[in-house]
Amino acid sequence: MLEPGMDAMIDPANERVATEREALFELLDVEKVYEVTKSEGFLKRSRRKLAALDGVRLRIDQGASMALVGESGSGKSTLLRVLLGLTEPTQGLALYRGRSVNQMRDAGPDFARDVAMVYQDARGSLNPRMTVGQLIAEPLRHFGICPEAEIPQRTNALLARVGLAADVAARYPAAMSGGQIRRVAIARALASNPTVLVADEAVSGLDVSTQAQLLNLLRKLQKDMGLTLIFITHDLGVASYLCEEIAIMYLGRIVETGPTQAVLDNPAHPYSKALRHSAPEFFEPISDPLPGEIPSPLDLPPGCRFSGRCTVAQSDCLANDPALTRQGQDRAVACYHPFAMSNISPEGIKERHVTF
Amino acid sequence: MTAPLLDVRGLTLHRGTKRILDDVSLTIGRGETVALVGESGAGKSTIAVALMGLIDKGDAVIEGEARFDGIDNLVGLTEKQWGKLRGKRLSMVFQDAGSALNPCYTVGSQLASVLRRNLGLSRKTAQTRAVELLENVGINDAAARMSAYPHQLSGGMQQRVMVAIALACNPDLLFADEPTSALDVTIQAQIIRLILDQTKTRGASCIFVLHDLALASQSCDRIVVLYAGQVMEAGRCDVVLRDPKHPYTRLLKSCVVEIGTQNLDPPEGSVPPYEAMPAGCRFSTRCPRAQARCADERPPLVETQGRALACWNPEWTR
Ligand SMILES: Nc1ncnc2c1ncn2[C@@H]1O[C@H](COP(=O)(O)OP(=O)(O)OP(=O)(O)O)[C@@H](O)[C@H]1O
Ligand SMILES: Nc1ncnc2c1ncn2[C@@H]1O[C@H](COP(=O)(O)OP(=O)(O)O)[C@@H](O)[C@H]1O
Ligand code: SF4
Ligand code: SF4
Ligand SMILES: [Mg+2]
Ligand SMILES: [Mg+2]
Repeated sequence: MLEPGMDAMIDPANERVATEREALFELLDVEKVYEVTKSEGFLKRSRRKLAALDGVRLRIDQGASMALVGESGSGKSTLLRVLLGLTEPTQGLALYRGRSVNQMRDAGPDFARDVAMVYQDARGSLNPRMTVGQLIAEPLRHFGICPEAEIPQRTNALLARVGLAADVAARYPAAMSGGQIRRVAIARALASNPTVLVADEAVSGLDVSTQAQLLNLLRKLQKDMGLTLIFITHDLGVASYLCEEIAIMYLGRIVETGPTQAVLDNPAHPYSKALRHSAPEFFEPISDPLPGEIPSPLDLPPGCRFSGRCTVAQSDCLANDPALTRQGQDRAVACYHPFAMSNISPEGIKERHVTF
Repeated sequence: MTAPLLDVRGLTLHRGTKRILDDVSLTIGRGETVALVGESGAGKSTIAVALMGLIDKGDAVIEGEARFDGIDNLVGLTEKQWGKLRGKRLSMVFQDAGSALNPCYTVGSQLASVLRRNLGLSRKTAQTRAVELLENVGINDAAARMSAYPHQLSGGMQQRVMVAIALACNPDLLFADEPTSALDVTIQAQIIRLILDQTKTRGASCIFVLHDLALASQSCDRIVVLYAGQVMEAGRCDVVLRDPKHPYTRLLKSCVVEIGTQNLDPPEGSVPPYEAMPAGCRFSTRCPRAQARCADERPPLVETQGRALACWNPEWTR
């Protein structure tokens, strides 16, 4: 059993001295509060505070692949905006190589060049009046990656890298399929030779064969270029295929982190476990659904934010709000009564390899 | 053998020169659940919309037969004839409940007006029945929720209301077109369960449009695999998905990413545009087992090895 507040900070300096990897990003109790107006019946409105992120702790090492998983509105995109320095935390620290992300972004183009982004809506993020070639040449010029004369050659190399033929350079985005347009967005992100690739739902809504092609592409890029990958998805299969580590979010907080396989084989947080069991599995009976609805971030329950839907909640869960706390070697959980992580309980994990 | 509830033969839909459905045949028995699967553009929604008599005419030409419980052919019914069927004996749940509900009316009045219009209930009986229906679909405090507007409900709640409306008149057949793809995973399980429970207690049949093969195997008795408007393989889920014989079904299955999947080996390429569609097997441009005749000669859909299969060179060996 964990005492609340004990061993609370995941302080990379103290906790991970022995690891050889360098911390690239660190989020130290990050909070992001938006002021919103809430309508309460006719003509009645009130200003309310909405905590899109609340007590977020996360460390991403150089060369890591991190999946950010959570349901709609859990704060994944807001977390990315904080990592990218596009929005400043209301509280807490967001660090990149030990320095404030916002300072890094203000200091010059190096940060933007180092940390590249593929947006959720790839098509919407690309100017429809520019050709694919122009779209890829733009960051090459902007960051002064190569002399003007080498741009066509570079562009072709980038297209080849994402598996597109050189002749698509002359096409406009409207003439590209959903899978192709995401490849263009990836090629554009790779143009600046980044260290980190951040992707928001980069494969969702695609057909399975296209999704599989893109997943393999991302895997290959990570391996060949040594990219650090931060990947938002709601699909646990995708997370497990692409990412060694996983962070599971619920209503603005990371509730569990750790190696993807360990977390999914043996989830410690009741929400992670529910999420794990709601992933469809061939020929298994449909899992017992988690009861209730996701509460509004404007009306968080007292104590643990998951308590209203949690099947193992106890009275202390309503009194205090559990922070993300270290559990063992490389995992962390925000729960007062986590499931045991080491001994695999017989009902805890289902046989998942089906032979066909 | 009793006749199936719905028996579709040779359903074909043209829009101009595009043949969007190409000779589609499928059946569904009473109380059965069937999954329509296939990649985008396969025609899954078009089949559901056509069988609900909702194809927007324009340049569309529909041919074929759809025998439904004593009605010789749903194709070609007049709008007046559809008025007696749609929402009563066949109904539909759409992917996006938010836009299918009318934002200007309370969910209670929308549900009650369906009951009054379709079943001729009095205002008062309709109100009482509407509350019962909302309770059936798991809406707590149903009497109070009657006066809620759609935007005041979460996506999951809105989808529950849609299910209540679709089942209000005890239809024989429900179409559910990706009913959960706009919802979160923990809510998805609730809605799929709800649709299965509610259709089962009524003895109704259900056609699910799904893109997730694992979900299809969990929720449906049978599956119909479509590619570019053609049926490739169909049969019981446990037969077709455990041991697919059609190269396209194999491809679909090999691309599923499950937790713990180590390797994916997807073929390159994608569905050809209609202008470049082969006259024979439409999968022939990507098929690893294609033979000389595949592009020009359409393989017939034949019953074999416990399934229906349209392929000249199926994968008999494992
Ligand atoms: N600019 C903003 N002003 C007010 N509220 C916001 C703003 N941006 C985000 N929010 C709120 O913060 C919460 C988290 O939003 P976020 O977009 O990060 O979620 P998400 O996990 O990315 O969801 P999705 O999967 O739907 O994109 C939500 O409740 C959202 O409505
Ligand atoms: N109203 C329409 N006008 C023109 N083409 C259409 C229309 N509706 C659907 N289509 C085309 O029909 C094909 C099948 O569509 P659809 O039934 O929506 O497929 P699915 O649901 O399997 O993705 C697609 O190529 C689509 O572009
Ligand atoms: S702290 Fe309590 S309510 Fe929250 S997840 Fe853990 S057991 Fe459940
Ligand atoms: S008919 Fe030919 S092209 Fe079509 S799936 Fe069978 S082998 Fe492949
Ligand atoms: Mg988002
Ligand atoms: Mg569709």
